[in-house]
Amino acid sequence: MLLGQTIICGLLLGGMYALIAIGMTLIMGVMKIINLAHGALVMVGMYVTYVCSKNYGIDPYIGMFIAMPVLFLLGCLIQKYMINRLVEVDSILPENQVLLTVGIMLVLTEAARLMFKSDYRSVTTSYSSDTVFLGAMSISVPLLIGFFIAMVFTLLLHLFLTKTDIGKSIRATSQDRDAAVYMGINSSKITMITFGIGAALAAAGGSLLLPLFYLFPDVGHLFTAKSFIITILGGMGSTMGAAVGGLILGLSESLGATYINMGYKDVVGLVIFILVLLFLPGGFRSLVKR
Amino acid sequence: MSFFEAKAITKKFGGLTAVSNLSFTVEQGEIFGVIGPNGSGKTTVFNMISRFFPLTSGEIYFKGKRIDTLPAHDICKIGIGRTFQVVKPLRRMTVIENVMAGAFLRTGSISKARHKAEEIIEFCNLGKYTDREAKGLPIPLRKRLEIARALATEPELLLLDETCAGLNPKESEAAIALIRRIRDTGVTIIIIEHIMKVMMGISDRILAINFGKEIAMGKPQEVANTPEVIKAYLGDAYA
Amino acid sequence: MRMNMLNKKFLLTIAFIILAVLIPVVIKAPYQLHILILIIIWAIIGTSWNLLGGYAGQVSFGHAAFFGLGAYSAGLLTLHCALSPWWGILLGPLVAALAALPIGMICFRLRGPYFALAMLALGEIFRLVFLNLTDFTNGAKGILIMPAITNKMFYYYTGLGMLALTLLATYLIVNSKIGYYLVSIREDQDAATSLGIPTTLYKNLALLPSAFFTGLAGAFYMNYVAFIDPNIVFNLTNVSVMVILVVMLGGVATTWGPTIGAAIYIFLGEYFRTTLGSANVLIFGILVCLIIMFLPNGIAGELDLLKRLTQRKKASLSGGV
Repeated sequence: MLLGQTIICGLLLGGMYALIAIGMTLIMGVMKIINLAHGALVMVGMYVTYVCSKNYGIDPYIGMFIAMPVLFLLGCLIQKYMINRLVEVDSILPENQVLLTVGIMLVLTEAARLMFKSDYRSVTTSYSSDTVFLGAMSISVPLLIGFFIAMVFTLLLHLFLTKTDIGKSIRATSQDRDAAVYMGINSSKITMITFGIGAALAAAGGSLLLPLFYLFPDVGHLFTAKSFIITILGGMGSTMGAAVGGLILGLSESLGATYINMGYKDVVGLVIFILVLLFLPGGFRSLVKR
Repeated sequence: MSFFEAKAITKKFGGLTAVSNLSFTVEQGEIFGVIGPNGSGKTTVFNMISRFFPLTSGEIYFKGKRIDTLPAHDICKIGIGRTFQVVKPLRRMTVIENVMAGAFLRTGSISKARHKAEEIIEFCNLGKYTDREAKGLPIPLRKRLEIARALATEPELLLLDETCAGLNPKESEAAIALIRRIRDTGVTIIIIEHIMKVMMGISDRILAINFGKEIAMGKPQEVANTPEVIKAYLGDAYA
Repeated sequence: MRMNMLNKKFLLTIAFIILAVLIPVVIKAPYQLHILILIIIWAIIGTSWNLLGGYAGQVSFGHAAFFGLGAYSAGLLTLHCALSPWWGILLGPLVAALAALPIGMICFRLRGPYFALAMLALGEIFRLVFLNLTDFTNGAKGILIMPAITNKMFYYYTGLGMLALTLLATYLIVNSKIGYYLVSIREDQDAATSLGIPTTLYKNLALLPSAFFTGLAGAFYMNYVAFIDPNIVFNLTNVSVMVILVVMLGGVATTWGPTIGAAIYIFLGEYFRTTLGSANVLIFGILVCLIIMFLPNGIAGELDLLKRLTQRKKASLSGGV
């Protein structure tokens, strides 16, 4: 059943996209900036996991737990020492912060290229080409594992945001920064932590996708685009929206690749993106509210 | 046919009714005050008149023509100018460039616009600051700049939103004097304030609103003595 | 005093024009002329972008769309109609400007970062479409032409002429009523509306020449470099984003800023490329970060700021306001 397989594979993939996008939407919600370096963070996370696998024989799903803290730290540093600087600056182009993220993206991408060249790399494990059979459909094992881990992380994040103090502080800062400050929240610390968490989620999502994608320095661009589409689809700052948006993107890409054309599958996402920007700028979140 | 008429105008934002069934007319040459506590819907009324968003229901007429269906930028063209409660200077332009931006509505020539702007700047006593960047100006001057800029569009009706908010008494007096001078040139004025004293001194008639609804309308003394108005302003009544 | 300032600017401009015209007399080496031609191309793109982004405040992250359309107009004429790609110099800008009409209609409904993102998405859509319409565009194989003229001096002067045209058009627009309106829209769109300015109309009035001249640069690029493919001319990072950086470097909302920025970008890029080898883009990226963090108004902008600060200091010292 081609349709069924297409749908399921799309959804599974989308779940992992969602994890990456949740990182971006968290950052966007708290910092209100467009982070064009997000894909590069995914890429860095993927390389960390790759190195763990190739040089130390660590399974990618374990390596992920090394990549996450590394990226968390990297994210905190980037936010605190670079992006934070721009908050006080008054320049004609308000898009300064966006451009800085582009600069950061360039640095990360080129540093990776210097270390790893532009070669396409991949990670293989004993099970990475295994498939599971659901009736007549064959689903690849890494796709399944990745999806389940992504869902677990999403749930954990949701609990973190709703049940812990830091999580609630993040949501408060995201909704109204000034009010949060008045309530005693250290907004710069929260901003830094949020960027770190966003980066860590990017690393997690990337690591889960490592068995499924080729790794090369420019792969970041791909993920930045996908994250944006999902973020806007789901509504900026909404983690549940990003989760749903991820599934939708995965699904439409899969359907597009199967039924239209491999090359145009990215166009589908971009067109959806523009349509959502024009007609539903609040994303799915605003639909749900109504 | 009155100069300006609002007929049963209502504005809802989702579940919140900001303005409810307001009707009032303004005669040419009047200074018409709209007064009410913070959050009573005054600025929303201005935003409705200047078409920053569509009305939920009701109609607005200016010089006999219906205007609540016009695009926002046409409102100024037909002769209605406005200032904003939180001033919006064109920050990286100088004072004269700000006013010229207004003057260009009626002319395409830079020299004519500049000439007009210079006149208006003199009229508003901003001459000393002609070439100063707007972002370096203190609040009272920014408010005056906002008025000057609106005047440059040659309005017949001017909507002034909280011109005296944040000004000390001396600055307030200067602002009031300017408003009177403007009226003397033939411009009709609708002015929003929440300070009773200012309104009493300057308006010919007043509309008092609270929670988006009318609570009194008439001559200043009548309105000030209406029980509902006093209730709404308990404590502020004779500030 | 105003007359003095005008004269000074005018003289500087004339001096610069003479210098630019005479350069090839001194500098004849093909490589060096090549560098200058690249600077000219980027100066044209930057100046055009600046009209929409710097003056009107609508930051487009998708200008590669217009560059690519211009380049492909020239290339496709050769590919399909066996015409000289120089006809693209006429067609390219027109195609780009025509495309700007629906693009503006769609994107100007959005503000600020949403506008930037929508333009970004459009640029990418163009790239992917041109990549996939292989029968029409040759896809990733690109278009290769045999240039009839190989004399670099010819390209230099042609390019210089186009740059002069772009600068002149920008200057005329900025110093007219349109210019005032564009800056008003940039500074405060709502205030501008309240002054009777039809903001969407004027945004389009900025977009059209911006697209036109960017398309011109694209068509010129096709003729000069003789090879294009969708990943080169519709490129997000190397064209759309780079033009923003170039303009920022030199000074947003200044007439000469983009040209200065282009010069810095190309000189630095070449210097890094020849001395740093494969690390050159990395160093460039670091530089970009540093400039954005410490010189947010670009070199010309910071110089301007410095000038005004010192002027004010002098005024206050002499007891003025």
